[in-house]
Amino acid sequence: MFSHLLLLFIGALLVNNILLIRFIALCAFFGVSNSMSTSIGMGMAVTFVMVLTSSVTWILWNFVLVPLHLEYLQISVFILTIAALVQFVELFLKKNSPSLYRAMGIYLPLITTNCAILAVAFIHVSSNFNFIETIVYTIGVSGGYTLAIVMFAGIRERLASAPVPRAFQGYPLAFITASLMSLAFLGFKGLFGL
Amino acid sequence: MKFLRPLINGIWKENPILVLMIGLCPTLAVSTAAINGIYMGLAATFVLAGSNLIISLIRKWVPDQVRIPIFITIIAAFVTVVDMVMHAYVPEMYKILGIFIPLIVVNCIILGRAEAFAYQNGPIESLGDGIGMGIGFTLILLILGSIRELLGNGTIFGFQIMPVTYKPVLLMILPPGAFLTIGFLQALQRYRGGKE
Repeated sequence: MFSHLLLLFIGALLVNNILLIRFIALCAFFGVSNSMSTSIGMGMAVTFVMVLTSSVTWILWNFVLVPLHLEYLQISVFILTIAALVQFVELFLKKNSPSLYRAMGIYLPLITTNCAILAVAFIHVSSNFNFIETIVYTIGVSGGYTLAIVMFAGIRERLASAPVPRAFQGYPLAFITASLMSLAFLGFKGLFGL
Repeated sequence: MKFLRPLINGIWKENPILVLMIGLCPTLAVSTAAINGIYMGLAATFVLAGSNLIISLIRKWVPDQVRIPIFITIIAAFVTVVDMVMHAYVPEMYKILGIFIPLIVVNCIILGRAEAFAYQNGPIESLGDGIGMGIGFTLILLILGSIRELLGNGTIFGFQIMPVTYKPVLLMILPPGAFLTIGFLQALQRYRGGKE
């Protein structure tokens, strides 16, 4: 049981890294990764929101939608739940941590449309995870998200002062950096037979 | 003109992927082959045009504070329609695109356009903007998909283009290839833009 959960966790964290291998939630990945501090903030916000939403959507799916045969409402119900929860987190941050709130700029409302959060909800439904598996998987995914975005921000901070051809400055170079990181993460394939 | 200007703007000057840098996830994930790009692009265009139109029609009655949940509900309804239609009529493609069909609902392009354009403009311009953005998105998907399919598999739309002796660069179909291709495409667009 324990080793099964551990494999699930490692798989979500490294082997199927949500950003670099599965290509989910890239907008914010490129948008807020200019500095380490905002990336760490973003990683924390995503982790918090993701664990919250995936537990709520798990409960909703298994105790409301399935018993009532309302599976076709999945998309609408999940996204609205997430939107409401994110709004709550936003209000909370605005009141308690204005500096973090300012740093996130337009990306905090856009965390609602952070695909990673909704994607995890769809994945735990389609993989029939039980509650514990869902939580472990979510922590793995959000850990992978934070890991990738913080590492990426570190590299980009260095690149900001490096001499690069004019056409490659900014985003193009960021994409190529992401490509190399993705290549590195591809190397985790086969780890523990995953 | 009212309809055409935002349409052309969306396709070229403000291309969502290359210029606005939004809607990246499905772009990179499904562009392993040209045909996937077309289906993904059409699905997104339908949702964009529909939600832009409806949102601009109701924009005067929407209270500012709760606009985002309202936009999302409208978008989710259109996405549910696309999801069901694709599941019923093109099941193989539905399987390939997988999670990225329901994820259209959180595609930044759609909410971004609802917020930045449809909420401030009339229905005709908004419909034009939606279709234009959709076509711009589809075009990039198609270009990206074609490049990756050509280099990674030697084919475009499944037809053999490269000589049989060509050794496919598998990397291009794997995730790193997607980042690499779009990085170079963007650099190319900037390089050409800088020359003029």
